[in-house]
Amino acid sequence: MAVKIANSTIRGGVGASHPHDSARLHVTGGATYTDDIPEPRNILHAALGVSSQPHARIISIDLEAVLAAPGVVAVITAEHIPGENNYGAVVADDPILAPDLVQYVGQPIFAVAAATVDQARQAAGLAQVEYAALPAILDAETAVREKSFILPSETLRTGDSRSAIELAPHRLQGKVNLGGQDQFYLEGQIALAIPREGGDLFIYSSTQHPGEIQHAVAHAIGRQAKDVVVECRRMGGAFGGKESQPALIAAVAALLAQKTGAAVKLRLDRDADMIVTGKRHDFVIDYDVGFDDRGVILGINFCYASRCGMSADLSGAINDRTMFHTDNAYFLSDATIESHRCKTHTVSNTAFRGFGGPQGMFGIEYVVDEIARQLQVDPLDVRKVNFYGSDTRNVTPYKQIVDDNIIHEIVDKLEASSDYRQRRVEIAQWNRENDVLKRGIALTPVKFGISFTATHLNQAGALVHIYTDGTVHLNHGGTEMGQGLFTKVAQVVAEEFQIDIDQIKVTASDTSKVPNASATAASSGSDLNGKAAQRAARKIKKRLVKFATEHFSVSAKDVIFANNKVTVGEQSLPFQELIKLAYMARTSLSSTGFYRTPRINYDRSTFSGRPFFYFAYGAAVSEVVIDTLTGENRLLRSDILHDCGDSLNPAIDLGQVEGGFVQGVGWLTSEELWWNQDGVLKTHAPSTYKIPTSSDVPDDLRVELLADSANREKTIYRSKAVGEPPLMLALSVFHAIKDAVAGVTEGKRSPHLDAPATPETILTSIENLSVGLDQ
Amino acid sequence: MAAKLPKDVRKTIRFILDGEIVELRNCDPTRTVLQYLREDLQRVGTKEGCAEGDCGACTVVIGELVSVPDGLQLRAINSCIQFLPTLDGKVLFTIESLAAESGELHPVQQAMVECHGSQCGFCTPGFVMSLFALYKSAAHPDRREIDNALAGNLCRCTGYRPIVDAARKMYDYHSTENKDKSSWLSVPGSTVLDELSVTEAQQVDKLRSIAATGTLHLEFDGKQYYAPDSIEELAALLRQNPDACILSGGTDIGLWVTKQHRHLASVIYTGNIQSFKQISVSASHLTIGAGAPISDVMPMLSQYFPELDELFLRFASPPIRNAGTLGGNIANASPIGDSMPVLIVLGAELLLRSGDNNRVIALDDFYLDYQKTALARGEFVQEVRIPLPATDATVRTYKLSKRFDQDISAVCAAFSVAFNENIVTNVRIAYGGMAAIPKRAVKCELALLGKQWDDAGILEAVSALDRDFAPLTDMRASDGYRRNAAANLLRRFYIDSKQGETLTNVYHYGR
Repeated sequence: MAVKIANSTIRGGVGASHPHDSARLHVTGGATYTDDIPEPRNILHAALGVSSQPHARIISIDLEAVLAAPGVVAVITAEHIPGENNYGAVVADDPILAPDLVQYVGQPIFAVAAATVDQARQAAGLAQVEYAALPAILDAETAVREKSFILPSETLRTGDSRSAIELAPHRLQGKVNLGGQDQFYLEGQIALAIPREGGDLFIYSSTQHPGEIQHAVAHAIGRQAKDVVVECRRMGGAFGGKESQPALIAAVAALLAQKTGAAVKLRLDRDADMIVTGKRHDFVIDYDVGFDDRGVILGINFCYASRCGMSADLSGAINDRTMFHTDNAYFLSDATIESHRCKTHTVSNTAFRGFGGPQGMFGIEYVVDEIARQLQVDPLDVRKVNFYGSDTRNVTPYKQIVDDNIIHEIVDKLEASSDYRQRRVEIAQWNRENDVLKRGIALTPVKFGISFTATHLNQAGALVHIYTDGTVHLNHGGTEMGQGLFTKVAQVVAEEFQIDIDQIKVTASDTSKVPNASATAASSGSDLNGKAAQRAARKIKKRLVKFATEHFSVSAKDVIFANNKVTVGEQSLPFQELIKLAYMARTSLSSTGFYRTPRINYDRSTFSGRPFFYFAYGAAVSEVVIDTLTGENRLLRSDILHDCGDSLNPAIDLGQVEGGFVQGVGWLTSEELWWNQDGVLKTHAPSTYKIPTSSDVPDDLRVELLADSANREKTIYRSKAVGEPPLMLALSVFHAIKDAVAGVTEGKRSPHLDAPATPETILTSIENLSVGLDQ
Repeated sequence: MAAKLPKDVRKTIRFILDGEIVELRNCDPTRTVLQYLREDLQRVGTKEGCAEGDCGACTVVIGELVSVPDGLQLRAINSCIQFLPTLDGKVLFTIESLAAESGELHPVQQAMVECHGSQCGFCTPGFVMSLFALYKSAAHPDRREIDNALAGNLCRCTGYRPIVDAARKMYDYHSTENKDKSSWLSVPGSTVLDELSVTEAQQVDKLRSIAATGTLHLEFDGKQYYAPDSIEELAALLRQNPDACILSGGTDIGLWVTKQHRHLASVIYTGNIQSFKQISVSASHLTIGAGAPISDVMPMLSQYFPELDELFLRFASPPIRNAGTLGGNIANASPIGDSMPVLIVLGAELLLRSGDNNRVIALDDFYLDYQKTALARGEFVQEVRIPLPATDATVRTYKLSKRFDQDISAVCAAFSVAFNENIVTNVRIAYGGMAAIPKRAVKCELALLGKQWDDAGILEAVSALDRDFAPLTDMRASDGYRRNAAANLLRRFYIDSKQGETLTNVYHYGR
C-alpha cells in the first residue's frame, strides 16, 4: 500500500512542492543540453540538404559543389545508407534521405559533414537537384476529394445516430476548420553520434524516446540494438515533437559518424527544424447533430479529416485518440465518428501534447456551443445536460464505463468561484453599451483518457542503486523534457527510503541502464516510472528489512524507515549506517523495478474495451475582449480548476496546468501555420510564427488544483497524470472569443469561427455574421 | 579594398568580462557574440533558440558608460545577432556572470528557483538576463513594465505566470541594512555613478580605460571591419568604400549572416560614434541622430507625442530596441518597419550625407520601391528631423499583428489630421504593410481635405483608401484583411478623434 508516512520531515517527499531538480542549474546556465556537451576531438558538424518541391521525382543530384565547399568532409545520399533507409517506427514509410521521390518541401535528400556548423550549412545550399514535378495534394479537403489516405479510414459507431438525428426535434449541420501547431520547443532537434570500438555508436539525442533512437540508428547503420547506446539527460522542451522526429536527426548523425569515423553533431537551426519536422495535425471537421429542446444530444455524426502529411508516422494512434475524445465529458448515446487520415505532400504531422485528443474535443465543444446558440440558452447549461452521469449515461462510444466521473463537482465549484453567471449578465450589459469592443465568456470542461491506447506501451522499468555512503542513484526509462518527471520520481524514492531528496541523484535516460522503455508520452511518465522506481526501491528495502531483522534480532514490523533514520526495535540509526551494515553483511543494494498498467484492455478492430486506466478532469472559465474593427483580442481573466489526483508535487503540477493552458491558448489564437500555394511553409521561425508572450497571459489568472481528489485507481500515491489534459482548458478561450463575436448581434446569431482565432479570422467571422444580419 | 585610414587606427577590440579586460586581435567581424561565447569560450549557459533575435534564449547584458544620467547603463541584447567587435569598449554580462563565487545565487536567480520559474530550462538563462537588466533599471516594476521587459523572451513551458512572480519577488532579497556593497549585483534599480557599489565602481574605472576611441580596423579572412568614432570619419570611410555595409544595431544585418549565410566583405560600424546617437530639441524640431537606439528615441518621442506610446512599446522587444537604431529602421526600407508611417505623417525629414555634402529629403520622398531608397552610393542617413507637434493636429498610429508584443505588423497606420470648425484643414495618412514601401494614402487624404469630418466624409475616405493600395497576401494577413483593417483603422481614428466615450483599443482595455 502506498501510504505516506505521517509527519515526515524529509525534504522532497511525496506531495512536497519541491523545486525542479535542475532549477538551480537552469538559472545559473549550468544545465547541460545536448549542444552543451564538451565536443569530442575532431568533431564534424552536419547539415541537411532538402527538397524544394512538394512532390517530385528526383532526376539527378549534382553534389560536386557541395563536396568542393570549404571544410566539407563527407556527403551522403540514400544510396550510402548501409542499413534500412527508414526511421518510421510504426510504418516503414519515412525515408531518412529521399531515394528518388520527394514528398514535401523540406524533405531531406542528402546530408553534409563539415568542420564547422557554418560550413556544413553553407555547403548544403550548393547542390543542384533536378526534379520532375508531380501533382501535389497540399490540404486535407483536397485529399478527401481525391481519396488520398495514408492509412485506412476508420469509423467508431455506437447506437444508431442516423435515426436519432432524423427523429430529433432540432438538427444542425456544419463544418469547421482547425489549424495545426508547431511544438516550438526552445531547444531545436539535435543529436551527437560518437563512434565507439568495433563500429559501435554512442548517441546523445534530444529525444522523448531513446529506445526508438537506438533501433532507428542500429537499423540505419546495418547493426543491431546491442551495438548502439543512447543517452538523454534533458531536453529543452519536446511536447511530442521529440517522440518520433529525433530518429531522423540521430540516424543522419550516426550515418555520417559511421562513414567518417568521427563524432558528428547534427543540430537543426530554427528554420530547418520547423520546415523539416512534423507538427500537430490540422483538421477539417464536419458535423451533423440532432438534439432536444434542452440541448441534449440525441444523435451525432462527425467526420474528421486530418492532414497527416507524406507518411504515417504516429497518425494512426493520433487520429484514434481524436475519435476517443470526441465525447470529451459528454454522453453520446448514438454517434458515428468517421476519421480520414489524409495523405498530403506536406511534412508528416506527428505527436503534440494531447495527441489528437484536443482536436476531437474541439469538435464536440464547437457543436455544443452551436446547439446553445441555436436554442438561445447559456452554453454552460447545454454542457451540463450532456455531461456523463455517474451511474447512468456513463458509457463512452468505445464502451468504456466512466467510473470516476467528477466533472459535475469540478464545474459546479468553478461556476461558483468564478462568478460565471453574474459575469455573463454583466458582460451582456456591457456589450450593449459598447459598439466597438465586445467581451465574451465561456466555461469548458476537460475529460482526458490516461494510458497509451496501444496497450503494450503501458510498461516501464527503473534501476536503483544505493552506495555505501547511503546516497542513491536513480534511473528509469522516462525522459526529462522540463515536465519535472525526474523530480517526481525522485520524490517517490525519497518517500520509500524516507531520506532527503538531495541524497538521490537522478541520472540521464540511458538505453543501457533501462532497456525497451516506451516513449515518455501520453502523460504517462510519472504514473509508469514512479511505480517502477517504487518497486525497485521496495525490493531493496525488503532486503534491508530482512537484514535488519537478522542483525538486530527484531521482527520485520519493528523495522521502520522514517525521517532519514531507521528505527530498529528500541534503537534508531541513520539510514547510511544501516546501509553500511547491510553492505558489510553482503546485502545486494541494487535493484530493477518493473511496472505495467493494470485493468486496461482494448480491441482496436472494434474500437472497444478499456483503453484508459482512468480519466483526468478539469474545467476553465475565460473572459476575453475583442475589437470588432480589427479582430484584435485579449484574454482578460481565466479561472481554472484541475484534477491532479493527490498531487506528487503541487508546484510542478501547477506548472503543467498553467503551461499547458497557455500553450493551448496559442494553438487556438495566435499560432498560425501558413503554407503558400507551392506547399512552402512560410511561418518557420519566431519572427513569423507567434507563440504567446508574457503579456498575452492575464494578470488575473486563478488556477487551482482540485483538493481532496485521490485517484480512484491505485496509481502512484493516487496521483493523476497532468502533462496533456490542461492544454484543452484553452478551449474556454476560443469559446469566449466566439461568445464575444456573438455579442455583435447581442447573442442572437451564432458566428462561424475557425481556429486559430487570429485577428483576421475573428474579423472575417464578424463580417460574415453581419452579412447574415443584413439578409 | 581596404580604405585609407588615419594613423591612430586600432587593431584590437577590448571589452570586460567577469571583471577582466579581454583583448582580441584577430577576430572574425561577423562572428556573433553567441558563437564567441559558446564555441570559443565554451561558456554554454547562453543558448541559441532562433538565431534571429526573436526568442531571447541568447539574451546577455551589455554595459556602457553614458552621460545622461551619468552612469553605467545596462541593457539586454540578443547575442545571436550581435557581432563580436561591437563589444569594443563595453562590459559583457552573461548568465555565468551572475552567481557569486561562493555559489550564492543572484536575487533574480533565487526568485526564479523559488517561484518555479523554470521547467525545461532552455529559455531560462535568457529570462534571467532580461530580469537582471530590469532589476538594475527599475525598483518595483508593475505588470506592464515586467511584460515589457520580458517581451523579447519566449517560454514554451511555464505560461509565464511564475516568471512574472519572480520578477516581483526578486526585490525581496534586497535589504538596505544588509546591503553587501562589495557586490555590484546587489543594488537594484540604480545605475547612477555615486550610488554604485565598490565592484561596480571598479567596472566603471576599467570601462573608462578601454573607451573605444579612434578608428578601429579589423581584417579577417578577407573581411574588413571599420568602426570610426566620428561622423566625419564615417563619411570619409564610406566614400572610399561605397559598397561597404553600414552596421548600426545589426538587428537585420545580423540575420543576413546567421540566416542567409551572406559574406559581408566590408562593414562599417557606427556604434562608437557618440555624436551619431545624439538627440536634441530646438524650438521647431526634434533632431535624432541616425545611430540613436530605439530605446533612447522612444522616451523622447513619447514626451512630445504621448499617443505613440503603444506603438513604441510594441516595437520589436527591448533587446532589439536596445540595439536597433531609428536610422537603421528607416534606411533598411522594409515595407513593414513600424517607425515610418508615423514619421511620414509627422513630416519628418532626413539629413543625408555623402562625404562633406549634405542634403535634406522628406521621408515621404525617401522610399522609391521595394527596399529601394533615395540614398546615393556612399551616402548615408545622418539625422532624422521631426517637426514638433502642431497644436491643432490629432495624431495617432495603430499597429495590427497576430500577437501584441514583438510581432511584425500586418498593417501599420498613422494619421495626422487638423481641423477648423470640423473642416479638415490638413491631413496626412500613411500605411505600412499595404504596399512595397511605407506609403501615403494620397487618394484618401484628398477625399478628406476640406471636407466635413463626419460619418459621410469618412465613408468617402474609406472608399478612396481602397483605391490607394493593392496589398499582398502573405503569412501575416490576406490582401482582403489588409484592405478591411486599413479602412477600419481609419474608422477607429475617426472615433478616437471625437474623443467620446467609445472604447476602441483592446490592448489597453482593463489595464
